[in-house]
Amino acid sequence: MRFFRNYSRSPAAVVGLLLLLVVIGMAATADWFFPQDPLNLAGRPLQWPGANPRFWFGTDNSGRDIAAQIFHGARISLLIGLVATSIAVTVGIVIGAIAGFYGGWVDDVLMRVTEAFQTLPNFLLLLVFVSIFGSELLTVVVAIGAVSWPAPARLTRAEFLSLRSREFVEACRTLGMRDRQIIFREILPNALPPVIVYASVVMAVAILLESALAFLRLSDPNVASWGNLIGLGRDVLRTQWYVSAIPGVAILLTVLAVSLVGQGLNDALNPRLKGR
Amino acid sequence: MRVLALAGRRLAASLPSLLIILVGMFLLLQLAPGDTVDALIAQMGGGGDAAVVAELRAFYGLDISVAAQLGNYLWRLVRLDLGFSAIYGKPVSTVIMERLPATLLLMSASLSFAFFFGLLFGVIAARRVNRWPDTVISTLGLVFYATPSFWFGLMAIVLFSVHLQWLPAGGMESIGAGLTGFARLADIASHFVLPTLTLGLIFLAIYLRIMRASMLEVLTLDFVRTARAKGLDETRIITRHVLRNAMLPMVTLIGLQAGTMLGGSVVVESVFSLPGLGRLAYEAVVQRDLNTLLGIVFISALLVILVNFLVDLVYAQLDPRIAKGDG
Repeated sequence: MRFFRNYSRSPAAVVGLLLLLVVIGMAATADWFFPQDPLNLAGRPLQWPGANPRFWFGTDNSGRDIAAQIFHGARISLLIGLVATSIAVTVGIVIGAIAGFYGGWVDDVLMRVTEAFQTLPNFLLLLVFVSIFGSELLTVVVAIGAVSWPAPARLTRAEFLSLRSREFVEACRTLGMRDRQIIFREILPNALPPVIVYASVVMAVAILLESALAFLRLSDPNVASWGNLIGLGRDVLRTQWYVSAIPGVAILLTVLAVSLVGQGLNDALNPRLKGR
Repeated sequence: MRVLALAGRRLAASLPSLLIILVGMFLLLQLAPGDTVDALIAQMGGGGDAAVVAELRAFYGLDISVAAQLGNYLWRLVRLDLGFSAIYGKPVSTVIMERLPATLLLMSASLSFAFFFGLLFGVIAARRVNRWPDTVISTLGLVFYATPSFWFGLMAIVLFSVHLQWLPAGGMESIGAGLTGFARLADIASHFVLPTLTLGLIFLAIYLRIMRASMLEVLTLDFVRTARAKGLDETRIITRHVLRNAMLPMVTLIGLQAGTMLGGSVVVESVFSLPGLGRLAYEAVVQRDLNTLLGIVFISALLVILVNFLVDLVYAQLDPRIAKGDG
């Protein structure tokens, strides 16, 4: 309850939550408002928004309903954000926990690998993954997760380094608990809050990465993704710029919502750091 | 000297990461369907009899075991030989060198833009904390952070190139205009305005946020109170005492985000059809030119390591404790 009061004290966090609820609402009602496949031909191509009351946001260059693609695209963006973030955070936590808990050569090896991933531009790595494993939706999601884990791993490691010599850990050892139990049942719950907050950053970046990939036509062309629509609209940018403009606003608002909620969570969990 | 030694040690520490990247990438690309020769045959219109294919494989060193190929590859890298691009018909290093200047120009312009305005807005926001200039700047920062760069680039083209016709929509310079000297420089600069803004926007957002937070942190420290007690005026306190300390996290961030910036240039160069490294990476992926892709990965990693080396040097300049201390 106190957490909720802390959270709702910041207007930005409340706006973020409302925006996020709108996006989730769009994803949930996509089938109800637009039961047809959003990639099906719906009408005459390139009708401006408002020109035809049947199409709220107009139609794109191949005559598909833009509003339907926006609603169904919300699903894709949220799905990519959630799954890629879960993969990145899970991998990051496991690697960071092991590195921070054991230290020594295990830490050295894992940190060198983490550094290697951080030295390589992650969009470049994403391009390499997609060019090797193809650009199906599942592959793209896994690839985004696979390039996003280093930051959560470093964060988890730092938490573990400061927690591993605490008294409660010593107590667990004296009780004869196994390492795995100590790591995941005892230390991890204490190390988790900053990582969970950071997950919002990972999610925002994941959504942006997928949209950039889709814009370059390297993501799955068979789903209604906002980035795909922007890439398509590029061909008619000079005259029918709304085709690219509308999905871009959708991405902007979604990423904004995710970061505002993340910031709100951070402020609510650490009231002392508010305003930083 | 001590600073150089320290930065040099950090440089040496990045060698294992470089090796991991190179070996990892090489093995990863073995999983790719089709090799250079397949791409070449496909480009020539398919077909090709077995003898020719085998000869080509031998020419490109693809007829030996993976381990031997890896060894050859690393040995060639030591001699700075990046191999041959079958698609461009030139050595990979030549192709990359042709594309590098555009990317370096774009990156340094964006970085300067983002750093300067991030610093400026961060300081303004911190000095007017929780009042309207701070609210406006912080909100803009959040919006810029959430803006997909390629979309911002497209919208900038619509506004500034199509409707207002102030700036060119793409390319590196006006082709066939025959400009020389200063006119040519001005022409190139006008082509880089929109790409620089587009790539720099997200970093501007990050820098101003970090700068604001760091200023607020430093302003609470004791030495600031001492400076105020001495009767220094506020501007002098900010420029002489606070700024230097508050800039440290921003400088660290440059190193951490050098890679992100290179990745971002792939998209921005595609939007503005700039002939840079990022666009080359995209073309290499589309054309399955794996040799070139590997070369780009190698050069990008080197660039990131170099930027971090420079950041270490600057950092030591800003914070004398590092140069003097034993850390």
